[in-house]
Amino acid sequence: MTHPLLLGVRHHGPGSARAVRAALDAASPAAVLIEGPPEADALLPLAADDGMRPPVALLAHAADDPGRAAFWPFAEFSPEWTAIRWALPHGVPVRFIDLPAAHSLAMRQKETAGEPEEIPAESAHTAGEGAAPEDGGEETDIHGTAEAMRVDPIGALAQAAGYDDPERWWEDVVEHRTAREDDDSHAPFAAVAEAMAALRETYGHGGHGNDLVREAHMRLKLRAARKEFGDAVAVVCGAWHVPALARKTTMAADKALLKGLPKVKTEMTWVPWTHRRLSRHTGYGAGIDSPGWYAHLFSAPDRPVERWMTKVAGLLREEDHMVSSAHVIEAVRLAGTLAAMRGRPLAGLTETTDAVRAVLCDGSDVPLDLVRDRLVVGDVLGEVPEAAPAVPLQRDLARQQRSLRLKPEALEREADLDLRKETDAAKSRLLHRLNLLGIRWGEPTAGRSGTGTFRETWRLRWDPELAVRVAEAGVWGTTVLSAATAKVEARALEAAALADVTALAERCLLAALPDALPVVMRALADRAALDADVGHLAEALPALVRSLRYGDVRSTDTAALAEVASGLADRICVGLPPACTGLDADGAAAMRTSLDAVHGVIGLLPDAGRQTLRWAAVLRRLADRDTVPGVLRGRAVRLLLDDRRLADDEAARLMALALSAGTPPADAAAWIEGFVGGASGGGMLLIHDERLLGLVDAWLTGVPAEAFTDVLPLLRRTFSAYQPGVRRTLGELVRRGAPGAGGPGAAAHSGPHTPGFGPGLDETRADAVLPVLRLLLGTAEADGPNDNDLTTLRGVTR
Amino acid sequence: MSVSEAMPETMPDSACDDASDASDSAGPEALRPHAEQAFAHELSALAAADDRPRPVGWRLSPWAVATYLLGGALPDGTVITPKYVGPRRIVEVAVTTLATDRALLLLGVPGTAKTWVSEHLAAAVSGDSTLLVQGTAGTPEEAIRYGWNYAQLLAHGPSRDALVPSPVMRAMAEGMTARVEELTRIPADVQDTLITILSEKTLPVPELGEEVQAVRGFNLIATANDRDRGVNDLSSALRRRFNTVVLPLPASADDEVDIVARRVDQIGRSLDLPAAPEGLEEIRRVVTVFRELRDGVSADGRTKVKSPSGTLSTAEAISVVTGGLALSAHFGDGVLRPGDVAAGILGAVVRDPAADRVIWQEYLETVVRERDGWKDFYRACREVSA
Repeated sequence: MTHPLLLGVRHHGPGSARAVRAALDAASPAAVLIEGPPEADALLPLAADDGMRPPVALLAHAADDPGRAAFWPFAEFSPEWTAIRWALPHGVPVRFIDLPAAHSLAMRQKETAGEPEEIPAESAHTAGEGAAPEDGGEETDIHGTAEAMRVDPIGALAQAAGYDDPERWWEDVVEHRTAREDDDSHAPFAAVAEAMAALRETYGHGGHGNDLVREAHMRLKLRAARKEFGDAVAVVCGAWHVPALARKTTMAADKALLKGLPKVKTEMTWVPWTHRRLSRHTGYGAGIDSPGWYAHLFSAPDRPVERWMTKVAGLLREEDHMVSSAHVIEAVRLAGTLAAMRGRPLAGLTETTDAVRAVLCDGSDVPLDLVRDRLVVGDVLGEVPEAAPAVPLQRDLARQQRSLRLKPEALEREADLDLRKETDAAKSRLLHRLNLLGIRWGEPTAGRSGTGTFRETWRLRWDPELAVRVAEAGVWGTTVLSAATAKVEARALEAAALADVTALAERCLLAALPDALPVVMRALADRAALDADVGHLAEALPALVRSLRYGDVRSTDTAALAEVASGLADRICVGLPPACTGLDADGAAAMRTSLDAVHGVIGLLPDAGRQTLRWAAVLRRLADRDTVPGVLRGRAVRLLLDDRRLADDEAARLMALALSAGTPPADAAAWIEGFVGGASGGGMLLIHDERLLGLVDAWLTGVPAEAFTDVLPLLRRTFSAYQPGVRRTLGELVRRGAPGAGGPGAAAHSGPHTPGFGPGLDETRADAVLPVLRLLLGTAEADGPNDNDLTTLRGVTR
Repeated sequence: MSVSEAMPETMPDSACDDASDASDSAGPEALRPHAEQAFAHELSALAAADDRPRPVGWRLSPWAVATYLLGGALPDGTVITPKYVGPRRIVEVAVTTLATDRALLLLGVPGTAKTWVSEHLAAAVSGDSTLLVQGTAGTPEEAIRYGWNYAQLLAHGPSRDALVPSPVMRAMAEGMTARVEELTRIPADVQDTLITILSEKTLPVPELGEEVQAVRGFNLIATANDRDRGVNDLSSALRRRFNTVVLPLPASADDEVDIVARRVDQIGRSLDLPAAPEGLEEIRRVVTVFRELRDGVSADGRTKVKSPSGTLSTAEAISVVTGGLALSAHFGDGVLRPGDVAAGILGAVVRDPAADRVIWQEYLETVVRERDGWKDFYRACREVSA
């Protein structure tokens, strides 16, 4: 009698995959059974589709709650995938035999029921980790990520063999095994099964309680398959399960185990996957350290180390590292010798990495990181055919569109949202999230209602092409919220410029993605710490403070944001003075903008008291330093004066200093531009402070003729920005007499000669204003003006 | 035990001693015996127990060399003391490099036991660690190739007898391991004499119309400092002949504090400074500051900081603490206080007055200011950096 062919594998093991293919070729079974959710049987033909390129994953999610989902990833080098791809062209039926996702999803829900709330994004992550086939006993075990109480079968075997690293042991004995012609293709499986049987005798189910149920289900399915196809069926499953499948049990006992399992309605589809997600670095925990390396081992026809080194050399050359063929030869030699010294049959990833570091990277880890990122993990992105069922993200979107009454229409229309209303706020959040996902359904436009923070205007238009975008965005998550969160996190980590991250933080608040915020803030703090350009920091601060205030409006927790903003301000205060020296005219102008921007927001910071004090000290240093361009010095004095941190006398002294004869005229003109230039009320300052006007006037008349043409453009730029009225008044003032001439400082306040005003107060004309003022102040209905009022009002008119 | 064990003996000056007293070690007891003498019993025990294949010209198999450096126990009960305690990978790659007939370049900042490792490798592989060239800015070509005995040369003309071989030449002729210390301090044109030696494995002597061909077993270990300024970078042609292994700085802060404290104690004693047990806190602080600035991230891993242009090696931390100790002993109350080390730290960190000063102040404001129990230190630093 023939037994079913039990092929115990390690998920994502290229050696296992190769062995499975050889074993299937040799045995030609009548059917292939695979550890995986049976609901996916209907989706199997898609695996043979031309549009299907691994890595892909089977995705199961609860029909009513796309946030509750599980993934079964398959790479090109996964044994399960190899088995599917072998069976389909051979016309051999394939069945998944694991516990249905309907049960496993429901059971997980029961386990987590104790937790008060489940964040959807989080659940997608645990899904990848938990319910993937990896979820099954051995995967978590192989990688040693399981809880301590669970038995690590591979680890136990490796320990018995004297290896400290389970992964390396498995690589040595299984993955790196070179198949020989005369080998029995089933021999490795028999050996592994035997080892696992010994382990399970010792450890029982080893803490994987659910496994018993799953294995009972597998046995039932196996029994059914043998009835249907005869005994010549092959089973591809985790090595851990092999002894359980080989065991003799009664059908009744198995059925009893499966009784009364909770159940939810689930839906399944294929989704594209990436190598990055197969690697455990990314938090999915679904798998393996080095998918790129495994893919290479699987696809390389021979001499894997030589081919690998050539690939590495190619990558390094692309990145302008000098790597010659001689380097490659030496690297291969070193890797081989290292393996021999460590007593390994073939150079593994550790040896090749050591060799690449020592020979190709001059001992440096920097290019090595590149190799690790681009080759060892790799950038491979899977594809699924269009015929695959809709991704849950699509359903989630449709559901939200329904509940928010926001129909996708091809016709362009405008939507005016009042963020104080709950529905409108939800609509805004949805649109912002979609934008973050690259689904540009709505474009925010400048609304008719002005710039109030509680209004948003969107131009909505649903292109059919957006459906594709939704499908693409499916890799990020199963709900709009979780997908947007994941995408923002990824982008924050990738972003190169500080301003990009700040913008992202702002959008994060707009889209209400509180979970992404810590990651973005972290990235922001890191970029800020490493950015040596104060200009960038100064650019980033206003947006950040804006977000801070906006966050307050939307009652988001912004403590992290405040901390980062405050740190940014510290860095600006430290870095600004040195950055302001040695600038050319353009640089100074740019820095002036930064100066203004920072000044505008520094008082809005949470610890404003301390920050403004420091900031004032910084401005003071700028004002006093000769190497700082005139425009910045003037600006600093002006800002200090506006904040009343500088006495009028002191400002006048500094101005006199800047405009004194020793200063080159161009520099002095720049100072004036900084001090009173722009539309920031500088003109009014000159009108009202005689002394300052006098200083400017005296300086201007003292400029030698040949220098005058040089400073003219600067002066013109300074004064032409004033409003016409201000300009005219200034002109009149200057015409009326040189105020700077004979101690006008004292005269300015003494009445008779105040320029622009008549001598003394014209009481009757002043009184004519009173009725209007009374109206404005709301005292018109009083019994009549009493003396007190009148005095106050007179005071005002004066 | 940690790298620190190796520390006291890896000071570059010890290497000079090796060169001078290499020939006549028979006299009175040497201040510091060579590795192959000090650990002769371990080497012979290893040779006896070693049944693995040995490359031609090697005294031990690569496995035994690695064991000699990393320590272990032999079947006959001999305990091999660890000479280098650091990542195992580094020693394995270094030994394997020598076994594949490639030259080995050990890189690292001062105080990472480069010299120590190279001496022990040479002792274990060739049984002789004295074929040494000390690299300086004044190292001439003759130190790497050969020189002449001018009395002989004038009397008898050019001949083999008049030729004075360099350590490298001797190593080639005898199939031994040669060592070059501080390779990057050697002027670039002198460095390049190594290219032919390493690629062609031959050293022509045109004056005699001869050449010295390297015998199997010859190899070369060079050490170099990779973060110092004023060094001569290796030409890419030369660099290509080497496999590079970077020796890391002490992995944990505790290790480094331990190294600094021990070394400071030794120096302090030789300078007759009073021991300052209370100073440990300040030492920890100096080490923390150095590590944070060096690694570009605060100790709690939460804040990134910029790294200044200085090396900030363990050796510099030692000198900062010693300086602070002298300051407190002669001008203070004998207790190491923040003010005593602040100026030293500033000097070590701010090498480039413009860029480094900003980095230092940023670090003070963003990391030091908020830290519990660092108020005095923050104030002291602000005082000296103002």
